[in-house]
Amino acid sequence: MTMHFLLLFSRQGKLRLQKWFTPIPEREKKKIVRDMTTMVLGRKPRSCNFLHWKDLKIVYKKYASLYFCCGLDAEENELLALEVLHRYVELLDKYFGNVCELDIIFNFEKAYFILDEFLLGGEVQETSKQVVSRSIEASDMLQEVSERPCSR
Amino acid sequence: MALKIVKGSIDRMFDKNLQDLVRGIRNHKEDEAKYISTCIDEIKQELKQDNIAVKANAVCKLTYLQMLGYDVSWAAFNIVEVMSSSKFTYKRIGYLAASQCFHESTDVIMLTTNQIRKDLSSPNQYDTGVALTGLSCFVTPDLARDLANDIMTLMSHTKPYIRKKAVLIMYKVFLKYPESLRPAFPRLKEKLEDPDPGVQSAAVNVICELARRNPKNYLSLAPLFFKLMTSSTNNWVLIKIIKLFGALTPLEPRLGKKLIEPLTNLIHSVLSLFIVKYLGLLAMSKILKTHPKSVQSHKDLILQCLDDKDESIRLRALDLLYGMVSKKNLMEIVKKLMLHVDKAEGTTYRDELLTKIIDICSQRAYNCLWYISILVELTRLEGTRHGHLIASQMLDVAIRVKAIRAFAVAQMATLLDNAHLLTGNTQRNGICEVLYAAAWICGEFSEHLEEPMATLEAMLRPKVATLPGHIQAVYVQNAAKLFATVLRGQEGAPADSTVAQETSQLLIDRLPLFVQSSNLEVQERASCILQLVKYIQKLQQKDVEVAEEVTALFAGELNPVAPKAQKKVPVPEGLDLDVWINEPPSGSESEDEGRKSKGKAVFAKDESRHTKPRYTEVDEKELAKRREVRKAEQANNPFYIKASPSSQKVRRHSVSKPNPSPSFSLRLWMPMSDQYVKLEEERRERNKADKKKKKDKKKREKGEKGRRRRGDSGPESEEDITPAHMVDIVTEEMPENALPSDDDDKDPNDPHKALNIDLDNCPLMDYQVVVSVIFENKCDSFIKSMEFNVLDSLNSKLQRPDGAGPHDGLIVPFQLPPGISNEARFIFSVQNIVMPQKLKGTLTFIVKTDDSSTHEKLDFKLHFTCTSYLITTPCYSDAYSKLLESGDLKGCSLKLEGVNQPFHHLLARICFHHHFSVVERIDSCASMYSRSIQGHHMCLLVKTADQTVSIDAKCDEPGLLGNVLDEIKLTFSQC
Repeated sequence: MTMHFLLLFSRQGKLRLQKWFTPIPEREKKKIVRDMTTMVLGRKPRSCNFLHWKDLKIVYKKYASLYFCCGLDAEENELLALEVLHRYVELLDKYFGNVCELDIIFNFEKAYFILDEFLLGGEVQETSKQVVSRSIEASDMLQEVSERPCSR
Repeated sequence: MALKIVKGSIDRMFDKNLQDLVRGIRNHKEDEAKYISTCIDEIKQELKQDNIAVKANAVCKLTYLQMLGYDVSWAAFNIVEVMSSSKFTYKRIGYLAASQCFHESTDVIMLTTNQIRKDLSSPNQYDTGVALTGLSCFVTPDLARDLANDIMTLMSHTKPYIRKKAVLIMYKVFLKYPESLRPAFPRLKEKLEDPDPGVQSAAVNVICELARRNPKNYLSLAPLFFKLMTSSTNNWVLIKIIKLFGALTPLEPRLGKKLIEPLTNLIHSVLSLFIVKYLGLLAMSKILKTHPKSVQSHKDLILQCLDDKDESIRLRALDLLYGMVSKKNLMEIVKKLMLHVDKAEGTTYRDELLTKIIDICSQRAYNCLWYISILVELTRLEGTRHGHLIASQMLDVAIRVKAIRAFAVAQMATLLDNAHLLTGNTQRNGICEVLYAAAWICGEFSEHLEEPMATLEAMLRPKVATLPGHIQAVYVQNAAKLFATVLRGQEGAPADSTVAQETSQLLIDRLPLFVQSSNLEVQERASCILQLVKYIQKLQQKDVEVAEEVTALFAGELNPVAPKAQKKVPVPEGLDLDVWINEPPSGSESEDEGRKSKGKAVFAKDESRHTKPRYTEVDEKELAKRREVRKAEQANNPFYIKASPSSQKVRRHSVSKPNPSPSFSLRLWMPMSDQYVKLEEERRERNKADKKKKKDKKKREKGEKGRRRRGDSGPESEEDITPAHMVDIVTEEMPENALPSDDDDKDPNDPHKALNIDLDNCPLMDYQVVVSVIFENKCDSFIKSMEFNVLDSLNSKLQRPDGAGPHDGLIVPFQLPPGISNEARFIFSVQNIVMPQKLKGTLTFIVKTDDSSTHEKLDFKLHFTCTSYLITTPCYSDAYSKLLESGDLKGCSLKLEGVNQPFHHLLARICFHHHFSVVERIDSCASMYSRSIQGHHMCLLVKTADQTVSIDAKCDEPGLLGNVLDEIKLTFSQC
């Protein structure tokens, strides 16, 4: 699949989560985030979910008030990317239970942990929802046991 | 007390965890920056504490702030501290922060190597897990090198959770440290058959990524993937594998045949995602190009896909069907498609369907009757935009195929009669275009009409006036034709003349409607014909027989003029086309090449030209050749191919009888044969040779005119065009050691280049040839943005960077100030070296002058001679004689006459120009050897005796040998 980055941002253009699968200098990242938010938010409703930006394919989808947006190599299949985004949403939904934007804002590290179990280095790591949630639960258990002050 | 204060402050700090920070930021919308700067101060305080929990909390908050765009690089060391915590909770946060904040130039990464290694070997699989996840984000070449071995070990970890992560991260490691690919590959391959589906899919992912970039190194895995494809039920994996096969099939044609079966099964299978179906069809269309037969057998299945809910799938299936049509199944497929046209939803899809049907039929229909009925049936489609297309096809068939005219006319008459159905409700309805064709066919071939009177009446209905102007015009004109036919019928019969007069009256009654038309052409024709009919009526009233004369107005047949017609016109006797009408001014550039060689001669020479009979003989030969060449050019010209009436001149009373015979097939398109191409090339070469000759002409060469060719790899400069700014392209193709490798640094940034590692030592499918091109700027302006592009042939292809399309140009990596030259290298992959090749190419560039810049284009040709595929290879005489004795080589010989140069010069020439080496030389006899880049042996035995050189040659590839000998001959004819 080779995703280069995955961004979650709100309708107002506020970044909610960013994952960079290839190391990119900080300044470049900021530029990409800015370009993505303006480009994607500037799209008219009912237009298609794909964009071209430089030599990348941008695939995005809006879930409620949150935009999920990822950058792929030009030869990648955008439909597959949509499936990947959707699967991530499903995983978040399963973990948080009817996930909403606030869940991701307040537990943003959890959102990352889930993502890390699903994708690795931009590739799909695990296609089974059960396996992903099981490993997240196991890691959380480990964390609960070890101590509490840091967690809620 | 003091303790209490300290503890209290710690508690307070503990209180402000991530959630508090987020909440705080949300509550301070007005002064967010100020609030965050106080938070950062707090975080700095927290980081100073020894308590790891406090530090981890601070790092967690920093990660959040980093996302908001704040610089946190100052805390890199603290992040490493948290990463090294023995507790999973903190480690997890530390790695998360690192994966978000670290990049290759973060210097503390160096410090992490040992920590990561320790985590990788931790007994806790989740420790290893977070380390791997983190590493995937910030792996550097150093880390990759140092940790490659550890990760490789993890690929065989007992826990699938670790195995799959390790497999995936290996791809990142390969990119950073390509040397690791070879040792890791066997294990990676093993993972394709891992019992855990997650690990398996991870391995498929990685290998697909690798193979997509350098498919030929992974061909040997095809059977394994084949097995996976048939056994796997994981759609994600299937998609990957199908994509992989998409990359592999072009390299291994046999794969295509094997793939059909499983792909069909996939399309069938109930569980298939629609994407899989789509990809399956896509893959089939790729296979179709190489194995039409095997796809053919799945016709029904593909037809089924036309019923799919998804339009994309329907369109794919349609594409596929289009490619599958053959003489045998044509009618069946079209019949099915016709059924679909009726059911089809959505105009775009229906239009697509319609164009495809017409496309298929127009190229392959052998049964014209059937085709006409299909076309008529298509007119029933509502709301299509392709009325014009149908109309032109109707005209095309009716004009060209005499035998079906009666049938066509009958069909068209019915159409005209039912015109109201076509024009229907909407005026913009494109289908009414077919009435244009119908009216014309009925008028032109009216003798076939059974009831011309009825049709005439139908054509003059008042409703016609609502049709678009150009159609009305045709109606009026053809009503007149029909009128002529009707008259003839009526006068021929012994009925009373009043019937004929009534017919005239009908026209006189109806035509005024058209005279009032707003369309000028309709008006003009209508009033012209109206006057004519009035006059005819007058004559009729005097009982004059007019039918003959009226028919004469439209006598003769409209013939389709075949593309070759002009050439078939016989030259009238006594006309010599080769004689000058006016003697050309001597030396003018526009001279005909056959004659120009002597054109610029001194005055006295002029006479000699006329007195030389042999000269004209050569001339005629050349002319004949050129005629051939023109034929080839025309065959190649798209404007000659399309034989639709619009592009084809339809002329009355054509001079000759070209070929409008009924057998005239619908297939006008003839693939251009190779011979023509060769002829064309030869002509150009001659052309050039002559031009060159003209400059350095020597009188004594007169006798060799027939042999003038040019084949050295010298300047191939602009030949057809003279651009405003001269850029001389000198192609020096293939230096002796044409490397079958790509050690160039065309794109040093592409990490995938480095991964092109031959993993099984499988033989290369094709050979790479490096062409260095010297660009010289001869104009006075600055030249930049040069883009080099070559039209690939089947055999030779320009290697373009990954992701570039097959027609994309390559950017020349430099700019040229005036008078400067520079060299660029381009890599070509060549499959077959037996034939010399010429590739057409274009160089586009921007010429920059002080005040403006223009975009210019320069065409050129790259000449790949067979010689340039030879590599000078030394050979010892005993090996040489063994080679000759083996009997594997086939022979061929060549005689060169009039070579008056010393033998050693001659040998040196062959060595230098044709990359041979001398094996042995005895007196005036020498044996020479060379080898092609594909390992063909080539042996020459060169003898000389009084100005005659005979070359006996042997090679295991006779085609190559013949071409090399031709090239040698050429070298000597030019000295």
